[in-house]
Amino acid sequence: MSDKRVLIVGGGLAGLAAAMKACELGLEVDIFSMVHVKRSHSVCAQGGINGAVNTKGEGDSPYIHFVDTVKGGDFLADQPPVLSMCEAAPAVINLMDRLGVTFNRTPEGLLDFRRFGGTLHHRTAFAGASTGQQLLYGLDEQVRRWEAQGKVRKFENWEFTRLILDSEGKAVGIVAQDLTTMEFKSFPGFAVVLATGGPGLMFGKTTNSTINFGSATAAAYKQGVWYGNPEMVQIHPTGIPGSDKLRLISESARGEGGRVWVPRNKGDKRAWNEIPPAERYYFLEERYPLYGNLVPRDIASREIALICTKEGLGIGGRNAVYLDLTHRSEEYLLKKLGAILDIYEKFRGVDPKKVPMEIYPAYHYSMGGLYAGYEADATGRLLKDSPQNQMTNIPGVYAVGEADHQYHGANRLGANSLMSCIFAGLVTGESVAALAKNSKTAEAPSSLLESECKREDETYKKLLAQDGAENPFVIHKELGDAMSAFCLIERHNDELVKLQGMVDSYAERLKKASSLDKSGSGNMSAVFLRQLDGMITMAKAVVDAALLRDECRGAHSKPAFDNPAPSKETPIEDPAWTAYYEKFLAQTQTWLKTTVAKYDPSKSHPTIEYKDVDTRHLSPEPRDYTGVGKKAWKKFMDNRKATGAAA
Amino acid sequence: MSTTVEVRIKRQDSPNAPAYWTEFSIAYEEGMNVISLLQAIRRDPKDKSGKSVAPVTWESSCLEEVCGACTMVINGNVRQACTALVDKLEQPIQLEPMSKFPVERDLRVNRQRIFDNLKKVNGWVEIDGYHDQGPGPRQDPNDQTTTYKYSECMSCGCCMEVCPQFTTLNDFMGAAVLGQARLFNMHPTGAMQMGPRLDAVTSEGGIQDCGLAQQCVKACPKHIPLVEAIGQLQRDITINKVFGALKK
Repeated sequence: MSDKRVLIVGGGLAGLAAAMKACELGLEVDIFSMVHVKRSHSVCAQGGINGAVNTKGEGDSPYIHFVDTVKGGDFLADQPPVLSMCEAAPAVINLMDRLGVTFNRTPEGLLDFRRFGGTLHHRTAFAGASTGQQLLYGLDEQVRRWEAQGKVRKFENWEFTRLILDSEGKAVGIVAQDLTTMEFKSFPGFAVVLATGGPGLMFGKTTNSTINFGSATAAAYKQGVWYGNPEMVQIHPTGIPGSDKLRLISESARGEGGRVWVPRNKGDKRAWNEIPPAERYYFLEERYPLYGNLVPRDIASREIALICTKEGLGIGGRNAVYLDLTHRSEEYLLKKLGAILDIYEKFRGVDPKKVPMEIYPAYHYSMGGLYAGYEADATGRLLKDSPQNQMTNIPGVYAVGEADHQYHGANRLGANSLMSCIFAGLVTGESVAALAKNSKTAEAPSSLLESECKREDETYKKLLAQDGAENPFVIHKELGDAMSAFCLIERHNDELVKLQGMVDSYAERLKKASSLDKSGSGNMSAVFLRQLDGMITMAKAVVDAALLRDECRGAHSKPAFDNPAPSKETPIEDPAWTAYYEKFLAQTQTWLKTTVAKYDPSKSHPTIEYKDVDTRHLSPEPRDYTGVGKKAWKKFMDNRKATGAAA
Repeated sequence: MSTTVEVRIKRQDSPNAPAYWTEFSIAYEEGMNVISLLQAIRRDPKDKSGKSVAPVTWESSCLEEVCGACTMVINGNVRQACTALVDKLEQPIQLEPMSKFPVERDLRVNRQRIFDNLKKVNGWVEIDGYHDQGPGPRQDPNDQTTTYKYSECMSCGCCMEVCPQFTTLNDFMGAAVLGQARLFNMHPTGAMQMGPRLDAVTSEGGIQDCGLAQQCVKACPKHIPLVEAIGQLQRDITINKVFGALKK
């Protein structure tokens, strides 16, 4: 039944969820992963998974989860997939519980839920402080069960390098490389699922794992798969500076009462415990009284970064602020946050139960990704069993998980990624099963399989032979430093133009780089030339899209085009509100669009186009986490309606 | 504080090639760990004498000690390289691949055996289907505290590296796999499927090969109570045998 074989690239939450669902629906699956799937980047997710199970009697509902998600993403997400995800979320959490995930429990034995950023409800199920790891293990075990039954073959320590497309442009297989023997092989399959995670390493030291090159994404993109919203990348507000990577302190540290502060007086050199409460500036709590320390990630990141770089209030003048849990009892912290506090202590040598942590924002997640489509039903939800759900513009090629561009818009809410990965993975399993049923599946001609494999092998041999003076790992470090400096927390067009030139120069230098290692076994350096080429390719899409988007939206902050809300003390009758909302509506008209980057082999930069966002359920409104703007917005819209202006 | 870090690395060019040692001298930076040493080497791949060498191959992923990938033998102790802080290590820092698994290249080994054994012991909870069946069984929060501990096992292989019974020549499944069998036996649904799992645990390479040297529990980076797991499994096996016999 080789024509019914699904090729899943990536064995994190999304890939494994797709695999187990596809197996249940009768398909056979090959999984490709650069590491044993149990070591995928999903393990890094700490805090939890969102679903409006409403066990705390707060009146939470999937619809409120939907509203929070769309609003949190600054309305840039297509709404049908988001609505379907939020409605399915409680069932997905129940499923993971049935699979044996060790979720924390209430005294009554029910699933426990905590609060996360961007919502006012306890909606986040969690397993200690390593929820991503626990969920991944749950799925890994299920896939192993199917493997034992012969339905799954795993190719671990293999790297995907190329899609095989037939003469009609349909996916009929892939080429992958064994990272020990360095041999290439073609694999036939009627559908290819790219569940390859985010492209974080283009930003150098980040919270991402060492496998998050984005090179699989780049390979597919170079073969014509569109890339949506490349400029939308998330900074996590609470990273721990490190020599090899930036580790993360989960948002759950704030969810469990963590308070962010700096000394109120510039240049205060005293130790933290010598600063009396009145001289501590809890700036998030003071500036956002409604959400306090739990404002969404983009806002928290910007506030933390700017209080250091613009206001000069960072601890000891450095780029660091306190994240303080010392007011909580050790017992409470051990129970709720044991694993993550352990990480901080292990890597910094300081006990965060006794001394406040020092944190600074770090690149964390890509909302953008390969352009994943969907088919909506009459009610504006995903049409069940449509083969179009999660399919890219190339027939038979699917994108799912952090590798896709759906669900999070311009900014992702904490604990929504684990849900989107598993939900979209399950949907993809259904989609490929529908594709297998509904269409004549293309058979890959063996001559094509052979020629594509040979092509990849020859390309690699050329890389291996490269012997220039440049070291690719040095180029990578420079790329990461430049991307982090000019394309992360704040973006300025003059800097982005400069950055474009820098990225182009890295591309040129890469041609003069050495493979460093001529060995035919476990060669990490020669493949790194390919991985770096992928990072540079995707960096161009990120920078170009960021340069073009002249507005602030979600994680994309371009101060020159900001439309700041009037201060929360401004009376709602003040004309400042009207001016603000008029500008907001104009900006929405121009920029509420999905960026679509298309690779153009004839040019060194992508073609950037824009597509309308599906906002059929919720009309865009300004994000407001102070609680004041709501009334002013209502008044403005009522006035507009009364005066007959089109809303 | 010295300005360089001295490192000795045991290398191997391919699975069947002979092993050899290379010495490196790396510029010291504050907060370095073993991973950042290896990263520094590949940015300037020269040995101590200044001779160009191939960058070192090793396995890594999360660098937060939750994936298990970067496990190696550091100054004689098996552990994850990401949590091995240079300031806390005696120099020269000696890096070796794990010895109980076949070397693929340099510090990277093939730990497929762990995953094959997880398959052997039915390391999963079998459910009726992935459709919505409502909430799972209620569970005592105290039980969750225990199961969570076992479920932190990242299949790194530290417990196998230190186990005198686990060798390249036998089939012993090792403590981590037994710990996972215990985990699934504790789950309300997994407990219903205990029989076949216990059969696997007592088959060739199973629990009877454990010599109770208790080294596993000392080496586990997640402090999983592996000895307790083995004891509990033996109890489960006995009970299962007695009741199995009574049923006949």
